[in-house]
Amino acid sequence: MLQLERRPVASPAMQWASPVIALALTVITGFVIFSAMGRDPLSSLTYFFITPLSSAYGWAELGLKMAPLLLCAAGLTLCFRAKLWNIGAEGHFLMGALGASIAAVQLQEQTGLWVLPVVLLVGIVFGAFWAGLAAGLKNRFHANEILTTIMLNYIALNVVVYAVHGPLKDPFGFGFPQSIMFSNSALLPNLIPGTRLHIGWLFSLLAAVAAWVVLARSFIGFQLNVLGQDSRAAEFAGFKQRWLVWFAFLVAGAMAGLAGASEVTGPIGQLVPQVSANYGYTAIIVVFLGRMHPLGIIAASALLALTFLGGEMLQISMNMPKSITQLFQGLLLFYLLISDAFIHFRVRLKPAAPEPRQTSATLAPQES
Amino acid sequence: MDMALITNVLSAAVIAGTPLLLVALGALVCERSGVLNLGLEGMMLMGAMVGFAAAAVTGSLFAGVVLAIVAGIVMSMLFAFMVITLAANQYAAGLSLTIFGTGLSAFWGAGYVGSTVSGFESISIPLLSDLPVLGRVVFQQDALVYLSFVLSASVYLLLKFSRAGLIVRAVGESPESANANGLNVLTVRYLAVGFGGAMAGLGGAYLSLAYTPLWSENMTAGRGWIALALVVFATWRPERLVLGAYLFGLASILHLVLQGLGWNFPTELLAALPYVVTIVVLVMLSMNPLRTRLNTPLSLGQPYRPSR
Repeated sequence: MLQLERRPVASPAMQWASPVIALALTVITGFVIFSAMGRDPLSSLTYFFITPLSSAYGWAELGLKMAPLLLCAAGLTLCFRAKLWNIGAEGHFLMGALGASIAAVQLQEQTGLWVLPVVLLVGIVFGAFWAGLAAGLKNRFHANEILTTIMLNYIALNVVVYAVHGPLKDPFGFGFPQSIMFSNSALLPNLIPGTRLHIGWLFSLLAAVAAWVVLARSFIGFQLNVLGQDSRAAEFAGFKQRWLVWFAFLVAGAMAGLAGASEVTGPIGQLVPQVSANYGYTAIIVVFLGRMHPLGIIAASALLALTFLGGEMLQISMNMPKSITQLFQGLLLFYLLISDAFIHFRVRLKPAAPEPRQTSATLAPQES
Repeated sequence: MDMALITNVLSAAVIAGTPLLLVALGALVCERSGVLNLGLEGMMLMGAMVGFAAAAVTGSLFAGVVLAIVAGIVMSMLFAFMVITLAANQYAAGLSLTIFGTGLSAFWGAGYVGSTVSGFESISIPLLSDLPVLGRVVFQQDALVYLSFVLSASVYLLLKFSRAGLIVRAVGESPESANANGLNVLTVRYLAVGFGGAMAGLGGAYLSLAYTPLWSENMTAGRGWIALALVVFATWRPERLVLGAYLFGLASILHLVLQGLGWNFPTELLAALPYVVTIVVLVMLSMNPLRTRLNTPLSLGQPYRPSR
C-alpha cells in the first residue's frame, strides 16, 4: 500500500523541483481542458505559452505585466516569511492607484520633473496607510490579519469605484466611470521606445533585490525569519513583534502602493475601476511559486505575467473566455501546494517498520 | 418608519443573511473539527456557477441545488486531500482553492452570463404567515430559507447533544487524545470538511438561484470570507451564528434602505458597509485575546499526522 512517510530532513531538491512539477501538471491539465472543449490542445497551449513571447513587443508586454506582480510579491515575501498572512496586496495596490490619481489630477496644470515623484510618493503613502490599518488592527486589537486585509481589499475597491463615479470623474468622459487622462509630466517614462514597457519594471526589480538584502543580510530580516519559524523563539529572544508587524506590513503596503501608482501613471494613464487585473491576489501565487525567496519571485512573476498575456492571446485568436488566465493561475498554485507536500514527505510502497510510539512528539504539527 | 417598512427590511435581512448563514454553518462544523477552510469563497462560487448552470440546462431548481452541493463537496475534497492527507499548510491550501474556484467558475460559467432561470419563490406557511411582522419575516420565505432554519437547528442539536457532535469537538480540541481513544481523526476531519464544502455549495446556489437568479463572475463578492468572520463572531457556537448572519444580512442591505429613505450618501461607499462592519466586529471580538483563546477550537489550523 502506498504510504506517506515523513522525511528525516526536508528535501532541498524537491523545494526547487516542486514549481517545475506544478507547471508540468498545469500544462497537462490545460491539454485535457482544451481537448475537452473540442479545441486543438497543442495550438491552444502554443498560443498560451509561446506566441506571446514570439516578438520583442511581446517580451516588453511581459515586463509590463511583471512589474505590478513583482512589486506586490516582494512586499508579501517579507510578510509571509514571518508567517504574517497579509492577503491585502490587492487593496494596497488599489489605494496606491487612487492616491497617485488624486495627486496627478491635482497637479494636472503643473510641469516639471518633480511632479512624477510626488505622484508616486502619494501612491506609496496611500498603499502603506492601507496596510498600516491592518497592522494596527492586528497589533492593537489582535484582529486576524487574513480577514481584515481581505475586507480592506473590498473596501478599497468600493472607494476606487466611488472615486471614479464621484470626485475624480472626468466631466467630459461621456459618463464613463474614469478619471481624466493625466498630463505628461505625471506619466512614467518609457524604457523601450515603441513599446509600453516603463521604468516601473526597474522599480520592481529593485524591490525584489531590496527584499533580498533585507531578508538575507539585515538584522530585521533575521528577526522576521525567526518570527516565522518559531514565534516563541522570537519572543524569548526579545524581538519586538509589534515592530516587525509594522515593518513588514508598511513595506508591503508601500511596494504594492507603488505598483498601483505605476499602473495608473504607466500603461493606463488614468484611474479606471479595473485598474488591477487581480494583481494583488496573483502576487500571492508568485510568492509561493518563488519559494518565498526574493530572487525566486522574479522568475515566478515572469511566469505569472505570461499567464495574463496567454489568456489575452487565447481570447483574441481562439475566442476563449479570458478567465482562462485565472484558471491556469489557480491550477498552478493548487498543484504547487500538492507537490510541496513531498518536500517534507515521501511515498513508500510498503509500510515501514513500526516506529516506537514516543516519536509522536516529533511528528506533531509541522507548522501553524 | 412604519411597520410595513420594518417588516420589509427585516424580511430582506433574513434573505441577505441566508447565504452567509448556510456557508458559516458548514465552516463552523469544519472548524470545530480543527480545520480552517479559507477556500470557502471559491467553493461558494463553484456552487453558485454549477447550480445555476444545472438549473438552466435541466430546468429543475432541485437539480441545481443538488449539483451545487456536489460541486462544493468535490472542491472541499481537493482541499481535504491537501490539508488532511498531505498535511499541507491550511492557509495556503485554502487560498489556492479560492483562487482556483474563482478561476474555474469564471471560465466554466462564461457561457451562462446573461442567461436567466426563474428562481425559488416564496412559500407562505398557512396561518403562521398571517402573524404580524414575524409572519412576513419568518414564514413567508423561499424553500432554501426554511432549509437553513432546519439546518441551523440540526447543527446546534447535533453538535451539542449527539455522539457525532462530541466526536467532532473532541477531534478539534485534541486530535492526539481523540486518536488515543480510538477515533479516526483523519476520517472525522474529511467528513467535517465535506460538510463545510456542501454548505458552501448550497450557499452559493442560494445566491444564484434565489437571491439574484443569475450568474456573474465573482458574484459572491467576499461572502465566503464574511462567513469565516461570522464564525469568529459567533465564537464557534451555532446559536450565535444565526443572530450574526441576520445582523450581517441587515448590514448588507442597509445601503438600499438608506437610499429608499432618501439619504443622499454615495451608494458606492455604502456598499462597502458589510466589509466595514465585519472589521469592526472582528476588532471588538478580538480585543481580549484570552477570550478568543478560550473559545477557539484548540487544534484549529494545525495539521495532524497520526503516529503509527
